[in-house]
Amino acid sequence: MPDKRMTDDEVVDQLESGMTIGIGGWGSRRKPMSLVRAIVRSDLTDLTIVSYGGPDIGVLCATGKARKVVYGFVSLDSIPLEPHFRVARQNATVEFAEFDEGAFYLGLLAAAHRVPFYPTRAGLGSDMLTMNPDLRTVQSPYDDAEELVAIPAFQLDASLIHMNRADAAGNGQFLGPDLYFDDLFAKAADKTYMSCERIVPTEDLLNHGTFHTLKIPRLFVDGVVEAPRGAHFTECPPDYERDEAFQRRYAATARDPEAWDAFRARYLEAPSHQAYLAAVDEDAS
Amino acid sequence: MSPTDSTAPAAIDEICAVAVAEAFRGDGEILCNPIGTTPIIGGRLARATFEPDMVMTDAVSVLAANILPVGDPDAERVVEAWMPYRDVFDIVWSGRRHVVMGASQIDAAGNQNLAAIGDWRRPKAQLLGLRGAPGNLVNHATTYWVPNHSTRSFVPEVDVVSGPGYDRVAGHSGFIRANHEIRRVVSNLGVFDFANDAQRMQLVSVHPGVTVDQVVEATGFELILPDNVPDSRLPTDEELRLIREVIDPTGLRKAEFGG
Repeated sequence: MPDKRMTDDEVVDQLESGMTIGIGGWGSRRKPMSLVRAIVRSDLTDLTIVSYGGPDIGVLCATGKARKVVYGFVSLDSIPLEPHFRVARQNATVEFAEFDEGAFYLGLLAAAHRVPFYPTRAGLGSDMLTMNPDLRTVQSPYDDAEELVAIPAFQLDASLIHMNRADAAGNGQFLGPDLYFDDLFAKAADKTYMSCERIVPTEDLLNHGTFHTLKIPRLFVDGVVEAPRGAHFTECPPDYERDEAFQRRYAATARDPEAWDAFRARYLEAPSHQAYLAAVDEDAS
Repeated sequence: MSPTDSTAPAAIDEICAVAVAEAFRGDGEILCNPIGTTPIIGGRLARATFEPDMVMTDAVSVLAANILPVGDPDAERVVEAWMPYRDVFDIVWSGRRHVVMGASQIDAAGNQNLAAIGDWRRPKAQLLGLRGAPGNLVNHATTYWVPNHSTRSFVPEVDVVSGPGYDRVAGHSGFIRANHEIRRVVSNLGVFDFANDAQRMQLVSVHPGVTVDQVVEATGFELILPDNVPDSRLPTDEELRLIREVIDPTGLRKAEFGG
């Protein structure tokens, strides 16, 4: 089997400015934050980010890395609206495409299945079509002749996901309550890079969870990064819960430019994931 | 007053929870999916009493067969099914769901705005977004919960349509018109529905102590007013016991009412 292990900076070396990048997880849950921070400290720019958004979108908006964000929502869960995203929207500093949450799923599914669109009724009657003037409708070719919204395939140049466990070949394992849409992010992208809490031998995977948890087969994965606490400060159960205190501090910086500069310098621009964790632990003690 | 004092008379938060519960009457074996503290209490109350066949999530990722206390992540669950988010969307599209959502703005035709105040291109205030409202409204029953009834929330025209009202689905397919239903709007002042030929919001009941004039004054459009407006019903003793001792023993419901 191939050995796809790499570092977070090696992942970023595979990315280019202007790319469309999908990010797995959901809100403030199991986000590949160590890879997001690797983007922040790189010279990448003009990215389009596609995500059931949380602090990934907030951070990439506030650091100027995202030119455009495509999302079903942007939330920190315990804080219902991502505050840095709120600032970016209210100051119109980022382009955006907002979808109904279920319609967003269909955009990923269409890309994963390599069809141009999937039809849905979501959006008819609401302002989703007003806010996305490029969206088209299609007429059913069958007797019902119903008009439906054609959700276009979300073509992704790369996806970033975070798993609880993985092997060196790129088989990923989720051990929490929900895979979210990480398998579709992997299938919808030309390249997928997966961070994980721990890389284990392939024959050890079933000691951590049943085969039902092995939802990311290696044929959809191009790089594996071992990043313990790589989802911090988002939750990654059963390995750890959300760091709510840290999240509150992050959220508060959206209203205070000085605090944001300090937060960004100390945490987001820490030279490595290890340096980030050291700073987090030092400030928590 | 302790939230668990079972002898105290019904408070407004409990009357509102019962008004939400009543929205589910007759729903049978569907996914009861209330969002927010008062809606969740109302949904769990309906299932604990007159709609026992409904299924409900634990607000995370499973369907729990037992009545859970609100806002307690450690409560013991009797799991009857795994319900990750992908399956919730599948249930939305199946139509076997009744959601309760909030509304930052709502108008006479039932158009709901959760998305933004002002121009959506550069909003004065970015709100939660469209969320699942566009898909919900064209697939299954919806009830709205508005804890702050005023001319700022009950408006002549919403700034963004997250969930379409009756006027906005009128020109769409027979499927959509058949599946679109705004069952109720419950506010801190009263209960409303759209069960008239014009499909415009009408007053169904006022909560005890609230006058029709108060409701009219707090509403930014013309409500349809029946000749006789009853009071919203009071919780039964058993409902009060369930709310205070089983579903919300720590009194989380008071927060939306300034408590």
